Amino acid sequence: MHLDDLANTSGEWLKGSGPESDIVISSRIRLARNLADFPFISRSTESDRAEIEKILHGRITELQSTGRVSPDTLYIKVGDLEEVDRMFLVERQLISREHAESLGARAVVIDHTERFSVMINEEDHLRIQVMQSGLNLDTAWQQINEIDDLIEEQVTYAYSDRLGYLTACPTNVGTGVRVSVMLHLPALVITRQIEKVFKSLQKINLAVRGLYGEGSQATGDFYQISNQVTLGQTEEELTKKVGDVVPMLIDYERQAREFLIRESHETLHDRVSRAFGILRTAQTITSEETMHLLSSVRMGINLGLIGELEIPTVNKLFIHTQPAHLQKMSGMELDTSDRNIERATYLRRHLNADNTGDPNQN
Amino acid sequence: MKCQKCDRQATFHITDLVDGKPSELHLCEHCAQSFLSPSQEEAAQVLPAMAGLLAQHLAVGETADQLARLDQRACPVCGITYLEFRKHGRLGCPHDYVYFAEQLEPLLMNIHDQTHHIGKVPKRCPQGADQQTQLIRLRREMKDAVSSENYEKASELRDQIRGIEGRNLSSESMEEKDPES
Repeated sequence: MHLDDLANTSGEWLKGSGPESDIVISSRIRLARNLADFPFISRSTESDRAEIEKILHGRITELQSTGRVSPDTLYIKVGDLEEVDRMFLVERQLISREHAESLGARAVVIDHTERFSVMINEEDHLRIQVMQSGLNLDTAWQQINEIDDLIEEQVTYAYSDRLGYLTACPTNVGTGVRVSVMLHLPALVITRQIEKVFKSLQKINLAVRGLYGEGSQATGDFYQISNQVTLGQTEEELTKKVGDVVPMLIDYERQAREFLIRESHETLHDRVSRAFGILRTAQTITSEETMHLLSSVRMGINLGLIGELEIPTVNKLFIHTQPAHLQKMSGMELDTSDRNIERATYLRRHLNADNTGDPNQN
Repeated sequence: MKCQKCDRQATFHITDLVDGKPSELHLCEHCAQSFLSPSQEEAAQVLPAMAGLLAQHLAVGETADQLARLDQRACPVCGITYLEFRKHGRLGCPHDYVYFAEQLEPLLMNIHDQTHHIGKVPKRCPQGADQQTQLIRLRREMKDAVSSENYEKASELRDQIRGIEGRNLSSESMEEKDPES
């Protein structure tokens, strides 16, 4: 298994097979962990980071050789990658932007179905994440807990009885857990209720972010809801807190969609059809416009306004039309205007003809 | 070119945005440093939301004098000063949670509304948290000894480090032999 193979596939979590996947894209949990006998990243030397990377690489290889971790699992030294490959992993949500852009020894372990990834030497020595399609937090927690146990058998984590897992930033101390659910909320955006929803979420201490995490714009009407508190509650309680609020958001979004269908059916149908029309015929198109139009198309499919397209195909297009993906798939470096042409070509190929139903087709 | 704030040679050429318009600044290293390192209020605005929030919380209830003294305190293990933590919102090593415990308590209360962990406990607890901490300190001291060319001290420290690492390894293999312990 090689990094380039990922470019032609898409992760399990994108397949749109999980519960409530018309609105919930994915459920993600991450854990922040540190080795007890090294300084945190901000005070570590280059040789500390190299040593940490070496130790963890060794332990993971050992787990692979004993069959406890699949031999298909990728181990990638992020520092050795070309920029386009680093951005590819960011677009794929397998590493963070900070991890891609920082310096020194760092790596990522990637499950071949993209069910989990482990960043080594990000803000903490270890950032483990698990992704599931749709609303499926309990499975995600169960899986990440197992992976955490497996790694913990191999190393000694920084932990105190009183404060739990010790992390570089005090905002993560305790459980080190961040539970997030990615939602597609176009109708709440159109009906201008989204701000109201966010304010109420903030009141109960939940954070709202865009598609690519901290500080990112909410492109394509995607929103990530996650916990802010990590200390003084169990992992199950924190998972439940996020999980409990999601059905309410799904309900609001459905109500807004019903309202739009009822009150302005023609306008909505027109908006969806135009979006689909542009995506199928454009000769050059930016990433931003693509996200915006795909969002309308995605909602259109869920409302039965577009018949000939399936959700997994659209989910995949959101990721595969990003700059690094286009360059990886075409096998060459492309500047912005070439990318816009390549993107339009890619979209036409996937949205016309009769391959629209097959998510595995390139 | 001379520095715009003193008579030294300007080596830093900075484009600053003032009300959305770029303005050129030519400064010497000294003036550039004080220009670029934000004041406390600015830091709170400039730094990522959370780190800024942290810095603000931390300053609450301290007089300027107390704060200045506090800022100079450095963790004996990793060497981070309290000021550095306040500026960047990131700690330097696990021992900081012990060394700066008093200052962190109100901060944790503010962020989490709690100060005690009740979640998952690792099966293998660091029995010798002290030992782990010691390793961090010894490695740092060894690096300092090497850079100040005090090789005798460096080799003593290296032996100490190996001693602790060796003990850890042997206790690990004991655990493997007897999984019930």
